[in-house]
Parts: sequence; C-alpha cells; structure tokens
Amino acid sequence: MTDAIWLVIALPLAGAVFLHFFGRRLGEPLAGIIGTLSVAASFAVGFAAALPFIVEEGAHGETVMLWEWMPAIGANLEIAWDSLAAVMTLIITGVGTLIHVFSIGYMHGDERFARFFTYLNLFIASMLTLVLGGNFAMVFMGWELVGLCSYLLISFWYTKPSAAAAGKKAFIVNRIGDFGFMIGLMLVFTNFGTLAFDGVFERVPEILDEGTATAIGLLFLVGAAGKSAQIPLYVWLPDAMEGPTPVSALIHAATMVTAGVYLVARTAPIFEAGPNAGLVVAIVGALTALWAASIAIAQSDIKKVLAYSTVSQLGYMFIAVGLGGYIAGIFHLMTHAFFKALLFLGSGSVIHGMHDEQDMNKMGGLLKKMPVTGITMGVATLAIAGIPPLAGFWSKDEILGVAFEYGGVGIVLWVIGLVTALITAFYMTRQWFMVFTGEPRWDKGVEPHESPRSMTVPLVVLAVLTVGAGFLNTPFRLTLEHFLEPSFELVKVAHPPEGWGMFALLAAISVGAGFAGMAMAGFVYSRPREIWERFQQGFGRLWEAWAAAYRVDDIYGATLVTPGRKLSERLAFTFDAGGIDGLVNGVGRAVRSVGTRTRVLQTGLVRNYGVGFVAGLLAVVIWLVVAGGGV
Amino acid sequence: MGDTMLTALILVPVVAAVIVMLLPANRKELALPVGFGLSFIPLAIAGYLFFHFETGVAGYQYTQKAVWYEAWGISWNLGVDGISLGLVALSVILVPIALAASTNITDRTKEFVVFTLLLEAGLIGSFLALDLFLFFVFFEAVLVPMYFIIGIWGSERRIYAALKFFIFTAFGSAFLLASIVALSVLHNQQFGAPSFDLRDLMSLDLSLSQSRWLFAGFGIAFAIKVPVFPLHTWLPDAHVQAPTAGSVLLAGVMLKLGTYGLLRFNLNLFPQAAVDAVPIIATLAVIGIIYGAIVAIVQPDLKKLVAYSSVSHLGFIVLGTAALTSAGFQGAVIQNVNHGLTTGALFLLVGMIYERRHTKQIADFGGLAKVMPIFAGLFLFTAFASIGLPGLNGFVGEFLVLIGSYSSIPGFAAVAAFGVILAAIYLLWAYERVFTGVPDKPENQKLVDLTPREIGLMVPLVVLMIVLGLYPKILLDRTAASTEALLDRVEQATTYEVPEPGRLADVFAGITEGDE
Repeated sequence: MTDAIWLVIALPLAGAVFLHFFGRRLGEPLAGIIGTLSVAASFAVGFAAALPFIVEEGAHGETVMLWEWMPAIGANLEIAWDSLAAVMTLIITGVGTLIHVFSIGYMHGDERFARFFTYLNLFIASMLTLVLGGNFAMVFMGWELVGLCSYLLISFWYTKPSAAAAGKKAFIVNRIGDFGFMIGLMLVFTNFGTLAFDGVFERVPEILDEGTATAIGLLFLVGAAGKSAQIPLYVWLPDAMEGPTPVSALIHAATMVTAGVYLVARTAPIFEAGPNAGLVVAIVGALTALWAASIAIAQSDIKKVLAYSTVSQLGYMFIAVGLGGYIAGIFHLMTHAFFKALLFLGSGSVIHGMHDEQDMNKMGGLLKKMPVTGITMGVATLAIAGIPPLAGFWSKDEILGVAFEYGGVGIVLWVIGLVTALITAFYMTRQWFMVFTGEPRWDKGVEPHESPRSMTVPLVVLAVLTVGAGFLNTPFRLTLEHFLEPSFELVKVAHPPEGWGMFALLAAISVGAGFAGMAMAGFVYSRPREIWERFQQGFGRLWEAWAAAYRVDDIYGATLVTPGRKLSERLAFTFDAGGIDGLVNGVGRAVRSVGTRTRVLQTGLVRNYGVGFVAGLLAVVIWLVVAGGGV
Repeated sequence: MGDTMLTALILVPVVAAVIVMLLPANRKELALPVGFGLSFIPLAIAGYLFFHFETGVAGYQYTQKAVWYEAWGISWNLGVDGISLGLVALSVILVPIALAASTNITDRTKEFVVFTLLLEAGLIGSFLALDLFLFFVFFEAVLVPMYFIIGIWGSERRIYAALKFFIFTAFGSAFLLASIVALSVLHNQQFGAPSFDLRDLMSLDLSLSQSRWLFAGFGIAFAIKVPVFPLHTWLPDAHVQAPTAGSVLLAGVMLKLGTYGLLRFNLNLFPQAAVDAVPIIATLAVIGIIYGAIVAIVQPDLKKLVAYSSVSHLGFIVLGTAALTSAGFQGAVIQNVNHGLTTGALFLLVGMIYERRHTKQIADFGGLAKVMPIFAGLFLFTAFASIGLPGLNGFVGEFLVLIGSYSSIPGFAAVAAFGVILAAIYLLWAYERVFTGVPDKPENQKLVDLTPREIGLMVPLVVLMIVLGLYPKILLDRTAASTEALLDRVEQATTYEVPEPGRLADVFAGITEGDE
C-alpha cells in the first residue's frame, strides 16, 4: 500500500483540477460531493497505508521517491511515510472530509460554490504535501502552498475589502516567518550538503554543534511562529476569520496552523541537539497561550473568541514540543483538531442560523432553536475547558505534566499553563452562555433555525470524537504513544511524571482550574445581560485593552507598516526618480548643452548618432588592431 | 546537418523578416500572421536542438566555425551549451507570443514585424556566438530594432525612453568593445595572431591588473544591461513606454544578455578578477533585490511596478552568479528562463488591460476580479509564480540561488532572502487594489474578460510555469554539466575553492568533458 501513497496527495489534487475546469458546470451540490469524495478517498488510502504501523508495533517508515526536483540540493519530490505522517494524514483527511460535508450545506447558494471546493481540495493536497514531504524543500513547498490556499480562502469573498486585506495580511505575515525558515534551510544545507531528511536527521549528532543546532532551531521557530500564529506573528489569524467559517475550522484551527507544531516535531533531532532553541519554543508558546487567552475573554464576535482561543491552544502545543514532549504535542494537536473544528463549525451553524450575525451580544437563548448545535458546542466547550474524561483533558494534562516534569523554567510554564486553562474555561463558558442561554437579543427579523443535516451530522461526528479521542492516549493505555514512538526513535521524548499519585495530583489541580473558570463564567453569564455587562465594566481599562487585543495591530501599523511605506515612497520618488535618474538626466542635459556648440552635427536623428557611433567605434578598433599589431 | 543548425536558427528569422518586408504594400494585414507563422520555424529548430541536446556533456554542442576575417582572427563561431540553451529556447518561445499579442499595432505593422524578427535573430545570435567580435555584433544589433520598437510604437514619451535606453546601452558597449579588442590584441602579443575565439582567449595569460580592468570593461556593459543598481533607471522608462511586445522581449530575453554575459564571459575570461570582485557584485546584487522590491511597492503605474520587480528578480540571478557554487550557478541559469516566462506573462497581462482601459495606473482600477475573472485568475497565478511560490517555476531558481549562495556568501544570502517578503508585498498589494473590492468605477464595470486569443497567449506560459516548477529536471539536466564545468574553470584558474558542502561530485558523477 505504501507504493500507492502518492494517491493520498493526488486524489484531492485531481479533485481540485477537475473542479477548476468542470466545477461550474456540475453546480450544486455535485461539485461539493465530488470534492468531498476525493478527500474521503484520500482518507481511505491513508488509512490502508497506516495499517502496517498499527498491526506491527514499531514498524519503521519508508521513503517513496516520486521524481527528481532539485537534485543538486537533495530536494526531490518524495514522500516520507511513517507513523507521524500517518497520524497527520488521517487528521487532515478525516477532519477535512467532515468539513467538506459541512461546507455543502454552509456554502449553499454561493455563486462560487464550486470554486470554494476547488480551493478546499487544493488545500488538502497542499497540507498533505507539507506533512508527507521527505525533505525540507518539499515540506517548504507544502508550507507555502497552504499559505496560498489560506490567502485564496480568506479573501474568498473578495468584493469585501476587509476580506481581501485579511488574505493579503495573512500571506505577508507568514512570509515574514518564512524568511526565518528559509535561512534555517540554508544553514541545514550548508552543514549537511543536502535537504533530504535521510541525510540530515541521523547525522545531526556528528555534524551539528550545539550553537548551530540552536540557530537552526530558532530560525525554524520564526517560520513556525508565522504559520502557527505565535507571538509576535499571530496577528494575521484573527483577521483570517473574514473567510467562510468552514475555512476557519479546517485551515485556521484544525490543520494548517498546526504546521509549526509539526515542523518542530519533525525536526526533533535538531531541537534535541540545541535544547535551548526548544526552550525558547516552549516559552514563546506559554506566553502566547496566556496572551491570546486574555484577549479572548473580552471578544464579542463569536469567531474572534475562537480565533484567539486557537492561538492560545497552539501555544500549549508549542510548550509541549519545545520541551521535547513531541507525542504530547501531537496528541493535543489531534484532540484540538476535533474540538476546535467542532467549535468553529458550530459557530458557523449559529451564524448560518442567525442570518450572518456574528456578534454574541445579539444572540442568546439559541439552545431551544438549535439544539444539536448547542449541545455539540457544549461538549466541545467542556473538552477545551479540560473536563475529564473528554479529549481535551487528557491531551492538555499530558502537556502540563511534561512542563512540570521538566522542572525549573518548566514549573513556570506549568503555572502559566494552569492560569491559561482557567481563563480558557472562563471565556469558552462565557461564549456558550452568551450564545445559547438567556433572553434572546436577536435583531428584528432574525428567525434562528437549526442547520440542515449536512451541517449537523459533521457536528455530531466531531462531538463523538471530542468525547472519545482522548482515550487514544491515557496513562492507562498509551496507544498513540506506541504508535508514534518509531517516528521519534532518534530522540528522547519527554513525558509527564511517572506514577499514579503524581498523575492524580496534577490532574486534580488542572481540573480544579478548569472548573473554577467555568463556575465563574457560569455564575456571571447565566444571569441577565445587565449583570454581566456590569461585571465587564468592573474591569475598566483592562477589559477595553482585552477587547481591543492590546492594540497590537495599531502598534505594528505605527512602527512597521507606515514607516515602511514612507521609506518606500521616499526611495521611489525622491531617491530613485529624483536622485539617481535626476543625475542621469542632468548628465544628459550637460552633454546636450555642449552639443549645441557643435550644432552642425546635430541633425536630430538618432540614426545619425548611431552611424557616428559605429563609425567611431570602428575607428577605435582599426587603430587598436593596427597599433596592437605593431607593438 | 547538425553543424549548420545554429546558423539556421539565426538566419531563419532574418529570412522571415525579408519575406515579411517583401509582402505587397496593400496587404499589410498579412504581415502579422505571416511573421507569426514564420516564427514557428525557429521554435521548431530550437525545440529539436533542446530535446536532442546531450545531457551530462559540459562542452559546446552543435558547434560551427567558419573563418570570417582571418587577418583579425574573426570567425563565424557558434555553439550552445547548458548556459545558453535555455535562453535560446526562451527567445523562440516568447517571439511568437509577442507577435500574437500585437494585434493592436495597426500603424506600420510590417515594419514592426520585421523589427521583431530581426530582434529575435540578434538575441539568438548573442547567445550562440563563441567569437567575441561576433558576440559584440549581435549584442549591438539587438539595440537597433528595440530602439525602433520603443521609439515608434511606444506611448507618449517614447522618444525620451528610446534615447535613454540607447544611450545607456551604447555607453556600456563602448567599454565592452574596447575590452574585447584589447583581449584580441593581447592574444596577438602572446600567440602571434589575433583571435576573438572565446576558447582561445581563455588561455591568455593576464596580469591581475589587466584582468581586473578588462573584467570591469565587460562588467559595466553587462551591468547596464541587467540592469544592476544604480544603472537601472533606463529600464522603468523603457518598459513604461514600450509596446507590450517590446516589454515582453526586453524583460524576457534582452536583460538576460547581461546576466548571461557575466556568467559566460566575465567568469570564463577573468576568473581571478571575478573571485576578487565577489563582494562588490554580491553587494550590488543584494541592493538590487531589496531596493528594486521596495521601490516597486509604491509604484502607481502597474507596468513600472513590474519593471522594478525585474530589477529585484535579476538581482537574484546576479547573486547566484557571484555565489560561485553549483547550486548558485544552476539557480542563476534556470532563473534566467523563469524570470523571462513570469515577467513576460505579467507584461502581457498588463498590456491586455491597457488595451481595454488605456491606462496602467493602479488607482484607475478596482474590483476587476468581478468583471474579468479569467484575467484576474491568470494575473494572480502569474503573480504567485513571480513571488516564488514553490510548485511554480520562480521558486526553483530563487531557492537554488539562496541555498547556493549561503554556503559561500552567507550574509548576502540572508539579506537577499528578505526579498521574498517584499515580493509578496508589492504584488499582492497591487492585486488587492486592482482586482478586489467592488468595481465602482463605471469604466471598469463594462470591461470584457479575455478573448480566446488572449487566453491562448497565456496558456503556453502557464504550462511552462507549472512544468518548470515541478519538473525543472528538464532544464537542470541540461545545465548541470555546463555549470559544473564553469565552476571547474574558476577553481582551476584561481585559488578559489568551493566552500562546504563543496562540489556535488556524487550527484554529477556521470559528467564528462564534452567533445567540441
């Protein structure tokens, strides 16, 4: 089956190409169905190819060469199929299929219905290229192509200027990260003479000294911070909510934004050789987790809450992989893919049912109108709040355990993680109560309704996964751990503290934090609006700062964007057009004024200049040849 | 047959030009179709050459040498290797497209077609000439048709732009000619007979100062052509004024005379001077990359924006040349072709919208994606190829250049990598302003999307962008031996050693010296 692994990428790619040319003719819902089937088929192939890893414990991966790309730098189109790639593939195609199904309902009536599925399929193929690439260049190709798809899908409704601007911003901020990533790749090539994983990872201990490994790790972190929306490059993700909600669920929650986490896990041997880089990854993750969570507290746009929540949760994953807890990080990546996709799709269902309303202040009391959406989102809220036995509890606790076990700085990160857990429970509970309970605050004419089957069925499936996926890796049964171990055999994977006592203690503390956050939010937001508005006002300027996301966009604008544009204008209009070209034209005028004295020769025709020029040159040639021959 | 093919490649466009010239004066509508049809003959010949080109062979192939003027050592001396092959292919592909894009030229069509075909002959001749005098003749010969193409069929300030273009280039040519002649004179001194044969001249024994002066002489001529900062200001003017076909061929092929010249002549003839000049060349290259991109961001004129982006992209080619590594050279050679395809395509697209709206000012547009979705799609596709999106052609060249230059000149490579951010800024911001939003200006609301002819112009370019992006092997296989041989030449003639990770001997184990 591994020989046919290229089909995993080829199927959604074929779907994209087919829909590009024929999608419009197929129309609704056929284009969506074909798009969905191509991803589902990819899932099936991926599942079949993953079976060896399940059946045979400790089975090793292999690399399948497709064709030569840039052989001079060891960069070919080749697929590295191991258990890590398999897990990522199944998450991407599995969640991808559900979101495709959801989109058939959600995008109903959009005039570019087929085009939407073209882009979605292209995204799946690109994301799979990223996780299946057998060398850094191919990973980078996937890395950039998902950026392209993100750009296309964020600005899908391009007639809306804010959507177009958001897409552009996402791509450019990501490119800033890519700048670091690329320099990291240059360092890898200079040291190893190849970009192929086969020639790099095993030779890390013999080739890289700690300083170089740290440098490469930090440069990869720059790239990862761009793609996975970490400080200071997270600013594009909240804006990315301009895209259709299924896009937010698929790209900006479940898959693409986790690419940075995947990158660190994939390049684990480099981070092991330069552990300080890993520590920086973890610190950036922890700071981002707390920072974004605090912003999420005060958002009133249903999707903005989830966007900042995603940034925050990605921070958790960075803590894990930064401290060497690769399996914990990938585990949380997986559970988060389920419950955050569920939350986003749920919010999409709400927005759909509320006639494109996103302001939670204008919602309330929707549980009765949208019971499936309400209950499934409730399940996801419990999961992200870390309430056992839901998936989020197991994976988040594993991360916190890794931080605790690390000791020293790790304890600080653990505390930050706990505080973030409390805040997370608070803002998610706040969201659920604001949307689903209390008196309706709907605008006139809005008549909420439950979404169609194509939208609610994916919600239910994701809710089941949100409940059950945690059992893939509990201290009682480490299925995922054993599955992933062969992919990390070159490094020492960090784990939570040993022993049931420690497990119970740490779990009690984090669950306590989760319940505390939920209780506070529930206490305030289950009551009438005046009460929680007064509660919010009680925070004063702090609440305003959170609501305004600390005005980071304004700060970037004033310190980077505006000066950058001024520099560009000055260079273009003053220096280039005035300075350099002015000098050129000045010389030209000077020559011409000399020329007026020899007006006889000025016939005004360039042809004559040309003739004169050639004649002059010939004279020089002849002179040189004659003189040269004579010397 | 083989040894006259290159001659045929140069002469066929000339003959085609004569045929077009001889068309009856009252049937001027025939000029364009006839010229277009005839331009497929060089395409076919070059296609044959390309696919029968022996890979893994470093030397010149299809060589032909006939004495032209023995007393001066001048010969009709042609050959093609991996460094020039792609450029020849690019020329013969872009000429038919440029002609087919010129249906709006109704005034003196015949002359236009004739000049375009003569331009093609001159460009191909420049890339094939192995005799420096012959090279100079072709190098100069391309100036004349391009001068007239800009000066006659350009926009309002065409005379100014054409003159500026001509004077800049002629200025460089003077240095080039003097240096070429000096080489021949030195050959006469050392071997008792003058020669302009590149391979003869490579065996000259030059003092370091001779080598440096002559390097500078060649260098200035090519730097103006590229153009290298601060000699670039003729380029935006020339592009803004030139008709579409002129811009396509100017950016697509003609600028490559500069980058090609640096690789072919400066490195082969003056290796030590080249090694010594790396810091200077790399500095100018990086300035070009960053400066061109920054200046492009705020250009109000779409065509000027693309012109400045060329300054930036060509900086990458120069950087790859200065890298003096396998990957750097490969990147430079392949980027020559890639830039021709993407920038050629961008100029075609700008031309298409100019024909409809008679403006190129970004501020005059807005929301065009709504009314011209196919045009918008093709523009965005080409923009991403130009930005260097992996999977498309632009990435392969720039990535090889960056990777290749990092091992020898890491500081420059790191700064150059910043260009990838800027490229995204200027193109995506331009796209945003031209294509997104609601088309609120009445002139824009009635625009018609691309015609089948216009789509047809873009199809071959789009296909090549994808093919060369995913399967650059088709080109890299043909360039590898030649770039390795060039690196050999530099290493053997100087104390320079390719830094770690060093030569890619294992990859290119099969390379042998080609017969000539």
